[in-house]
Amino acid sequence: MSGPIVALKGVHKSYGDYHALRGIDLEIGAGEFFSLLGPSGCGKTTLLRTIAGFEDASEGRVLLDGRDMAGVPANRRPTNMVFQTYAVFPHLSVAENVGFGLRRSQMPKPERARAVEAMLEQVGLGGLGRRAAHALSGGQRQRVALARALILKPKVLLLDEPLSALDRKLREQMQHELRSLQRQVGITFILVTHDQEEALIMSDRIAVMFEGLIAQLATPEDIYNRPVDRRVAEFIGVMNLLRAEIRRNGSGIEAEIEGLGTVPIEARQVPGGLTGAATAGLRPETLTVLYEGQPDRGRVTHGNIEEETYYGDMTYYGVRLDGTDRPVTISMRNLPGRDILDPGTRTRVAWSPEALIFFP
Amino acid sequence: MGPPALYALLMLAVPLATIFAYTFWTQDGLTIDRTLTFSNYREAFNDPLYRQLMLRSVWIAGAVTLATVMTAFPIAYFVSFHVPQRRKALWIFLITIPFWTSYLIRVFLWKVILGYNGVLNTTLLGLGIIDEPLSFILYNANAVVITLAHAFAPFAILPIFVALEKIDRSLLEASRDLGETHLTTFLRVTLPLAMPGIVAAALIVFIPTIGDYVTPRLVGGPDGLMIANMIQTQYLRLNDAPMGATLAVLAMAIVAVISALVFLASRLTARIWA
Repeated sequence: MSGPIVALKGVHKSYGDYHALRGIDLEIGAGEFFSLLGPSGCGKTTLLRTIAGFEDASEGRVLLDGRDMAGVPANRRPTNMVFQTYAVFPHLSVAENVGFGLRRSQMPKPERARAVEAMLEQVGLGGLGRRAAHALSGGQRQRVALARALILKPKVLLLDEPLSALDRKLREQMQHELRSLQRQVGITFILVTHDQEEALIMSDRIAVMFEGLIAQLATPEDIYNRPVDRRVAEFIGVMNLLRAEIRRNGSGIEAEIEGLGTVPIEARQVPGGLTGAATAGLRPETLTVLYEGQPDRGRVTHGNIEEETYYGDMTYYGVRLDGTDRPVTISMRNLPGRDILDPGTRTRVAWSPEALIFFP
Repeated sequence: MGPPALYALLMLAVPLATIFAYTFWTQDGLTIDRTLTFSNYREAFNDPLYRQLMLRSVWIAGAVTLATVMTAFPIAYFVSFHVPQRRKALWIFLITIPFWTSYLIRVFLWKVILGYNGVLNTTLLGLGIIDEPLSFILYNANAVVITLAHAFAPFAILPIFVALEKIDRSLLEASRDLGETHLTTFLRVTLPLAMPGIVAAALIVFIPTIGDYVTPRLVGGPDGLMIANMIQTQYLRLNDAPMGATLAVLAMAIVAVISALVFLASRLTARIWA
């Protein structure tokens, strides 16, 4: 069993008074698809560039495959990067771009040409080798950038928001292609993204970052279902937040939640033995709008529909529960025969206490 | 016909056509003999003096171009890559300050600097670096090259600066990321991408310098005279406008051919480089 391929120990990075990274400890295993997720300015790109060798850590250590990278420049690190702008060399052809890094290798020329052709084939650019780089579409450029990095067989491939410039359809397609390509080549991928959906779809593990620190490091499922705090909860998907009061008595724990009433809850739902004032979180899909004539199920409360947003397969309702001052979001699948309810409609809302998460 | 076309016709085509027509006429005392003849061209090609002046003009203009581009590139590179973004405009502005004075005054100042008792010689003598004044720096081709290289510096710095500014900095990082050092990144990425600016700078310097006559007249001495001085002499002293026109057309043809060759060569090397 080998150690982690990337290990960061207490990495700080500051520019004058500004602290971009404030103590990052992180280990990433071989063959992992890892995402750094966070809003802009959270330090995720700085962290990626520190791993790549474009930035030096002000403090702390960066180890790649067990080797300390202090003083090792970017060109001598076992990492390659796919840049946000792709950085495809405009004066070179597609094949020359992909073969750019091979010039330094000892590989004989015909073998190099074969390697380039095979790589182009792998990223779906077969036969386009002679095309001028400036004549490529955004998606093709991205594939060139990917091929150019992967052909050098790096230990770690770094991707700096590689999909953010693509239109939605192409982005979704590339997400799946990237994922399967990563499984094929078995190289560790570290993806920087501000798109939570992208991170959830693609990653084995995600580090959610805020203000230069990792707020939560976990699998996509844990990040979504068990966010450690309100910031993570609100950043990943939609989270309804309600004021709550947690009380412990002899037999167990109960929570009084605005608009929902008092319910018994389990210890696993409350991090760190929290008591007293707290915030309760509920995902939109754990709430259900009950139509007229549908029987009550689980726990039921009442409210008014204030907003309705139609998404095709789903409708998102903003429902203000009785006794609350702002609406909660409820997502409903649009099934045949199910009407879209208009704002102003009075409705029952079914929910279940198991779906609750509490934050300080 | 729209005004721009009319303007181009009056200001470019008509004067050029007039010059071109003159080359087939001959001077007959005080009048122009309008019989068509190639005798001017025959004379221009056969007289060794004209050939020597033409070759010297090409050689001096080439040397000026080389010197100007070689000195302009590091300046443009420094301003583009090492000056903070918000100060770049100021730097470019400062570079142009010496060029607010008249061209003529700057040429005279070079005489003051390069002369026998000039600034350069007295300084070097005073420092004990030389025992007697240097004489190879004024009234010869060297002086013409130095003066013109200085005069055209901003015209070379600007296009190179613009070409360097247009280079996406992430390309340089990408090259580093793919294993290249600072030096090889410069050779494989920066230089080829700056090439259009370098070629533009070279042409902007070469084309006007080959026809310059003020600088060679003032600092060139007898060995520094160029073809334009001869054209001036033909028109104004020898009162032979047809011969002057012929030399001008030949100089123009040479500039056109050399520019075309430089342009094609740059295209070709860009391909081979890759």
